[in-house]
Amino acid sequence: MLLRHTPKEITERSGLTINPAKTCQPIGAMYAALGIHGCLPHSHGSQGCCAYHRSTLTRHYKEPISAATSSFTEGSSVFGGQANMMQAINNIFTVYDPEIIAAHTTCLSETIGDDLKQIKIKAEMEGKIPPGKEFISASTPSYAGSHVTGFSSMVRAMAEMAVPTGKKNGKVNIIPGWVEPADMEEIKRLANLIGIKHILFPDTSGVLNGPLSGEYKMFPDGGTTIAELKSTGDSIGTLALGEWCSADAARYLDTQHKVPCSILDMPFGLMATDRFIDALRTVAGKTVPDEISVERGQLVDMISDMHQYLYHKKVALVGDPDQLIAMTEFLVSIDMQPIHIVTGTPGKKFEKRIREITKDMDCEVKVKAKGDMFLLHQWIKNEPVDLIIGNTYCKYIARDEDLPFVRWGFPILDRQGHQYFPTVGYKGGLRLLEKILGVLMDRKDRDDPEEKFELVL
Amino acid sequence: MRKVAIYGKGGIGKSTTTQNLVAGLVELNRKIMVVGCDPKADSTRLLLGGLAQKSVLDTLREEGEDVELNDIRKKGYGGTWCVESGGPEPGVGCAGRGIITSINMLESLGAYEESEGLDYAFYDVLGDVVCGGFAMPIRDGKAEEIYIVVSGEMMAMYAANNISKGICKFAQTGTVRLGGLICNSRAVDNEQEMIEEFAKLLGTKMIYFVPRENDVQRAEINRKTVIEWNPEVPQADVYRNLAKAIDGNKDFVIPTPMDIEELEKLLMQYGLMEAA
Repeated sequence: MLLRHTPKEITERSGLTINPAKTCQPIGAMYAALGIHGCLPHSHGSQGCCAYHRSTLTRHYKEPISAATSSFTEGSSVFGGQANMMQAINNIFTVYDPEIIAAHTTCLSETIGDDLKQIKIKAEMEGKIPPGKEFISASTPSYAGSHVTGFSSMVRAMAEMAVPTGKKNGKVNIIPGWVEPADMEEIKRLANLIGIKHILFPDTSGVLNGPLSGEYKMFPDGGTTIAELKSTGDSIGTLALGEWCSADAARYLDTQHKVPCSILDMPFGLMATDRFIDALRTVAGKTVPDEISVERGQLVDMISDMHQYLYHKKVALVGDPDQLIAMTEFLVSIDMQPIHIVTGTPGKKFEKRIREITKDMDCEVKVKAKGDMFLLHQWIKNEPVDLIIGNTYCKYIARDEDLPFVRWGFPILDRQGHQYFPTVGYKGGLRLLEKILGVLMDRKDRDDPEEKFELVL
Repeated sequence: MRKVAIYGKGGIGKSTTTQNLVAGLVELNRKIMVVGCDPKADSTRLLLGGLAQKSVLDTLREEGEDVELNDIRKKGYGGTWCVESGGPEPGVGCAGRGIITSINMLESLGAYEESEGLDYAFYDVLGDVVCGGFAMPIRDGKAEEIYIVVSGEMMAMYAANNISKGICKFAQTGTVRLGGLICNSRAVDNEQEMIEEFAKLLGTKMIYFVPRENDVQRAEINRKTVIEWNPEVPQADVYRNLAKAIDGNKDFVIPTPMDIEELEKLLMQYGLMEAA
């Protein structure tokens, strides 16, 4: 009982977060930056920030994460970090020679007021950025928002690289949001099947799920290229997946370069994938290919075959807003009951959206943005659930409350597969169902009395 | 929209001058927003008729991050929008960060949008450009013209010179420029001539000389700008003329700050002239 001190009784808290359901902004910025080909992320702050962010990403993706830091000292905090950043730009392009540096700030550099956009202009004027190389930056103070905010800000910085030529490129921008490398691959596969030329950014497939080939590449083959990012202003439209992760960048391209955007939910589960496929189909002006229709049929088939095991099972969910919105809708659509839903990321819109999705459920739904896992645990103690879905930190609650647990979201530090098997699209829906049914049936097999123990389920 | 920041040594009369100037601009039918960037939150007192404004940071602290534009701005004299960024009590926290947060919040809430129909946004900034936060209003894309309030006193001129250094740093990579010096007279010997010369050495001009006059104090006691308190007094015309001078100003420069010896020399020259 590692969490035995969590009381059942819920008391009002205003100034305290316990077991947060979020992490630092720069982790998101760093993950997004790794989705650019030949990019070295740079953390403008002290060394500890950078080390923590790299190790968290490494623990989740099981890949080495390279990132540079401005290595602030007492002196840099007093006099500002500009000198360190200038030196860093010089060193990075000389020693590691990336195509692009994607820098983000930290709490310290934000607080002392360092302005990376101004530093960039100065570096350009002093010729520190070699011709053909790029430098982008995002402001990511961790005392506001969450890792999702940091991700979104870096994706927007990518959109700001757009240099329209005035001639359309016939492509569609797809902004996938913070999903796994395997999910990005799956989104590209679906777009290709419908025959859409696209620019997916960021794209961590081939970067954070690469093979072990015996040869170390500091900059793997994957990632959105600089040429593609510059060309996003010439695209015929943008599909942004997820309001929190992707909408900011999409709206920027819309207002700045008149690239019309539509903001969709992340394509997790049946209905959100339907909407995504429908959007792709509409943009392409084609019918949905049979291959995709078959995949959809397979998902519907499994839902209906297994409905008796899913029906009215209560679920606790924790994660990031875009993912949770789609997941809640999926669970409701298969007659499960997501009754406790928590994200650490702020935004009242989240609660409103979840309320809309769950309004026809015949039981009470508790939802909180800017909540924490402590609260989720208390809710579970008061109203038990049959399943918990969330990141690895849920394992403490699952163990204490003896709950079936599906790992999904970020970070997953103790299981494998998320890098390689998508959970987006219809195929991904099948995988989610497989995992959910797996833990529910394991539990049934464990708990059923002998006379009810069944060979066939 | 013209985005203007007013800097100057603490106690020189920045807030008083800014608000009286704004009252003058109101008479020219200009639509204005004043953003007080001072933890004391007293930059809009005369326009609002008292310290009636809840600051951005207080609102943020109490209401959380879901703040609306009308929670943090209030209509003052002549329809002027008044905002106080606010900040920590003396001796704690980081006032500079407060300014960064407030200005970002105003931007994200759309206070500067064209639909607001503003002619001017004024930033009234505390004291010197002491840290990154106090430079926020002169970062790229924020205030584009700076006026420094100064007097013939040595420390005020030191501060003005220092502020020019800050402007210089940001002007090299951005669009911020110095619009001129406003001399808020302390009745120092040869003040007008000295500040005119000082301005010339900084590469700018003295945009207006505001004589010392007790009516300013009387209006302040009544929590009003001079123009609102008594539009007939001569000092009201002074602020009207200052408003006209700024409204018509087209000279924006990257300043050329002086080294300390030069500055001392200037002081000696004009100070001694009188003594001799």
